[in-house]
Amino acid sequence: MTTATHGRVPAVSDAFYEVLEETACQAYVMALKDIPPDVRRGLAHAVERESSERAVAVMRTMLEAIELGDRDMLVCQDTGIPIYWVRIGTAAFVDGDRIRQAIETGVRRATLETPFRSSIVHPVERVNRQDSTGEGIPVLHFDFEPGIGHLSLLMMPKGSGSENWSFLRMLVPADGDEAIRSFALQAVVEAGGRACPPLVVGIGLGGSSDQCVSLAKIATARPVGQRHPDPKVAAFEEALLEDINTLGIGPQGLGGDTTALDVHVERAWTHNSMNPVAVNMQCWRGERRRARIAYDDLSVDWGYWW
Amino acid sequence: MRELRVGDQVAISGTVWGLRDATLIHWQRQGFEFPVDMREAVVLHTQPNVRREGNRWLPVCVGTTTSQRMDRFTRPLLERYRIRAILGKGGLSPDSARAMAEHGSVYLAVIGGAASVETLQIEEIEAVYWEHLMPECLWCFRVRHLGPLFVAIDARGANLHQEVAAEAQRRLEGLTASAGGDRQTAAKAGARP
Repeated sequence: MTTATHGRVPAVSDAFYEVLEETACQAYVMALKDIPPDVRRGLAHAVERESSERAVAVMRTMLEAIELGDRDMLVCQDTGIPIYWVRIGTAAFVDGDRIRQAIETGVRRATLETPFRSSIVHPVERVNRQDSTGEGIPVLHFDFEPGIGHLSLLMMPKGSGSENWSFLRMLVPADGDEAIRSFALQAVVEAGGRACPPLVVGIGLGGSSDQCVSLAKIATARPVGQRHPDPKVAAFEEALLEDINTLGIGPQGLGGDTTALDVHVERAWTHNSMNPVAVNMQCWRGERRRARIAYDDLSVDWGYWW
Repeated sequence: MRELRVGDQVAISGTVWGLRDATLIHWQRQGFEFPVDMREAVVLHTQPNVRREGNRWLPVCVGTTTSQRMDRFTRPLLERYRIRAILGKGGLSPDSARAMAEHGSVYLAVIGGAASVETLQIEEIEAVYWEHLMPECLWCFRVRHLGPLFVAIDARGANLHQEVAAEAQRRLEGLTASAGGDRQTAAKAGARP
């Protein structure tokens, strides 16, 4: 539904922002209850391959927890720090500030109406508004899709258990790619059971320091089993996954063959004096939800990845 | 408690006290005094999702958080109250394991993130103290067959997470030291980041 025009493209109607608010709210709640199908498959396959009896027992409990999510329960008590990646199709004019407000209101409503706990506090005073928002929260990332007639958002409620194990190292070019591999392995060992394995390990390569960390984060949102389009990177992901799963950390750090469900690399070009690498971990639930709102009829299409 | 051995699978029924970061920071600021007698209690590292109904709190989602952040409070808790068991996830330090051996206590690993399972094992929230810390209050839960729990530190001080971590460190050294030699998984089949 479009009304006034802005330059050469029509602007979306007021109703669009209402749908966006509702969608941002639902995406948060759905992400906490409905574990993505690729993660379920990853865990089920891991149970079949796992040689440790204890690890199998742990992962069976995880699968049981996922099923309870299908019966409308929150799967984890940590409702996370709300993160939204927004891709704005440019076939219509959309007001960026109203997008921000709609998502923030959606987060607040999700928290108060479900209700679930707010984990967001002032970084020093530790004061909690009890609505999962605060200065700079929800975390918003914006990007654009030329000529596309919809807005997509990918919601991730990021729990502290895994987020507390985030790593950045500004390697130098002479360190080469072997150092990237070693750094990622060290990060997984340092996190151990505390990041709630089996993990999805996200690796950011290149860019500036902040961009590198951001790439590692979005890498954790890519579906389990989906490889990087560059075959060399895809082979690196597979080889590193194999290495990580020889470490023996296992589900919950209690030992076993299943330390990670997958490894994903995302990259950007970087400065010729730099070789930054970041590692971000996602816990075994891999919580995320994607929604796509069409500008013309305001219909919402739901998924788990772009 | 003293008969439990690392790796054993158990479940707990009875009273379990929920606490975590802010609860224990507040406890410290209060001169290590809780508003209730915690002698020989069982504690759980948690901050639950709850909803209010009349003057009662009902569980919405109760799960277990990473114990490492509360590690520094383990020894004072055991020394002051002789806490019998700490339920958490991700493990505790070697010093906490020594404290557990000294006091005959155990650390039981809950399956982190599987809070939906855990929530159904909470029969009732019997009491809440320090509500101003919401949701990091001191919670009194009555639980039934809370588990599966894995004994991760036993009363002899054996520490499962530490054993797994030490082995992972050893294997990591093997993986990284041999990068230029026999094992080049990341370099095989044209793999490059």
